Amino acid sequence: MNAYAPILVLGGLGAGFAIFSVITASLTGPKRYNRAKLEAYECGIEPTPQPAGGGRFPIKYYLTAMLFIVFDIEIVFLYPWAVSFDALGLFGLVEMLLFVLTVFVAYAYVWRRGGLEWD
Amino acid sequence: MITTAAENLSLFGRDPWWLIVVKAVFCFAFAMLTVLFSIVWERKVVAWMQLRIGPNRHGPWGMLQSLADGVKLMLKEDVVVKGADKVVYILAPIVAAIPAFMAFAVIPFGPADNEISVFGTRTPMQLTDLPVGVLFILATASVGIYGIVLAGWSSGSTYPLLGGLRSTAQMISYEIAMGLSFAAVFLYSHSMSTSQIVASQQDKWYVLLLPVSFIVYVVAMVGETNRAPFDLPEAEGELVGGFNTEYSSIKFAMFMLAEYVNMVTVSAVATTLFLGGWRAPWPITTFWDGANHGWWPLLWFTVKIQLSLFFFIWLRGTLPRMRYDQFMKLGWKVLIPVSMVWLMLVAAVRALRNDNYDFGRIALYVGGAVLVVLLLSLVVDVFRDRGRKRADAEADAEADRKPFDPMAGGYPVPPLPGQTLPPVPRRRPRGERQLVPVNGENGTGTTNGEETGDDH
Repeated sequence: MNAYAPILVLGGLGAGFAIFSVITASLTGPKRYNRAKLEAYECGIEPTPQPAGGGRFPIKYYLTAMLFIVFDIEIVFLYPWAVSFDALGLFGLVEMLLFVLTVFVAYAYVWRRGGLEWD
Repeated sequence: MITTAAENLSLFGRDPWWLIVVKAVFCFAFAMLTVLFSIVWERKVVAWMQLRIGPNRHGPWGMLQSLADGVKLMLKEDVVVKGADKVVYILAPIVAAIPAFMAFAVIPFGPADNEISVFGTRTPMQLTDLPVGVLFILATASVGIYGIVLAGWSSGSTYPLLGGLRSTAQMISYEIAMGLSFAAVFLYSHSMSTSQIVASQQDKWYVLLLPVSFIVYVVAMVGETNRAPFDLPEAEGELVGGFNTEYSSIKFAMFMLAEYVNMVTVSAVATTLFLGGWRAPWPITTFWDGANHGWWPLLWFTVKIQLSLFFFIWLRGTLPRMRYDQFMKLGWKVLIPVSMVWLMLVAAVRALRNDNYDFGRIALYVGGAVLVVLLLSLVVDVFRDRGRKRADAEADAEADRKPFDPMAGGYPVPPLPGQTLPPVPRRRPRGERQLVPVNGENGTGTTNGEETGDDH
């Protein structure tokens, strides 16, 4: 467990630096009120009213996120397999080939249905 | 192999607390100084590439430029826009900055076997190491994405929201390719700990053993850090500044800092996993045994990181920005299949070599099978193309038969390929016009160019 403590120390240093800078900058900077300055920036035109919660955005991003999860979990399965590959031998290779093929059936399906297209 | 890894990792986590703090401060300072230097260096190099001088006002040779920028940003007004979700808006830059630094905890600056002594205590030249070191680096990179998506969302504005989404989609897409390229390294090193990976590169760096993995990683690391030519989140022409449009003062600086620290981190990872880590490059080790001992590894490591950062700058000075659809296509349709097939190929070769199979004949079989599949796909492609072309031709012929209506639906529309515009009604040439004499006072038949009204 002791090997993990230095990570927290470094994280604490980073956090201390970031929080200190943000607080200091809010004290050192000038404060001049201007109604237009507090509006959202949209190239000078009146900002579009934003619905609560940020509104809707293209469904493509959800799709990308879901595909990412599929592949990320595949990668997480690959890592321990790769680390102990020599111990598993040919059996491990065949098993992993079957698993990857299964995932790539889904990949081919998504590709064919245009899930990877961006316009 | 696995037991030795556990043994060697026992060298870590034994430092007294003050040494942990000293080493953590060193890691932080190393990241910070490399960032401060690389910002100036980037501006200088890009300036030279564009035949300019670059920053030369602050300090000798402009070296204090990034420090001056930081102080300037400190003294700027800290605007919190009206539509922002205040708490998340302030937290986002902090969330982006912290994990960027944390990744440095497991980067080896030198050998792991208590080579150096700090104030009389011998210690490995690395803050700490974990059995899952590289996984930890990937995790910090993923947490850094939260900062960006939260910044985009909490600004309560259109451009940052779109920029943040784009950034997120880009980073997670390239993280897959990045993760796949790591798997091949683990296959050879039998370990995910960074010190073990460097130790296993004693004979040959993995860039030579796994060139495809290295190339995939290099492309993915540029995509992951949002750098040119993949700097789509801050494509000024379409998204103003991307996710950080509404940020000012030090909060903006935090995002820039996080971006540059991430650049240093991915360079350090590239060095550790593929370029031999802290090991001296080849010709030096042949005549100098001490090159990999004492404090020297720090020098080789720094030089390799700087070369990698120069590569980033070189890309920015040379390549134009990619289009978003091309970028996603590269990530999802090229990098992922290529690295997957490469990984399986590496694994197959290694498994067969471990079992002492007759290598040449198997390679022949596999190569033949791949060739057959390629040929089949080519044939299928040709036939599919032919069918599509015929359908296209029929559609074109159909469209040609209909007369083109330039005012379809009440709006003027341009002709599609294959359609021709109807002739524009024009004035006829002077010679063809039939002129009518104007009956003026003198009645001599002078003309004023008015035409007969037969075509009006």
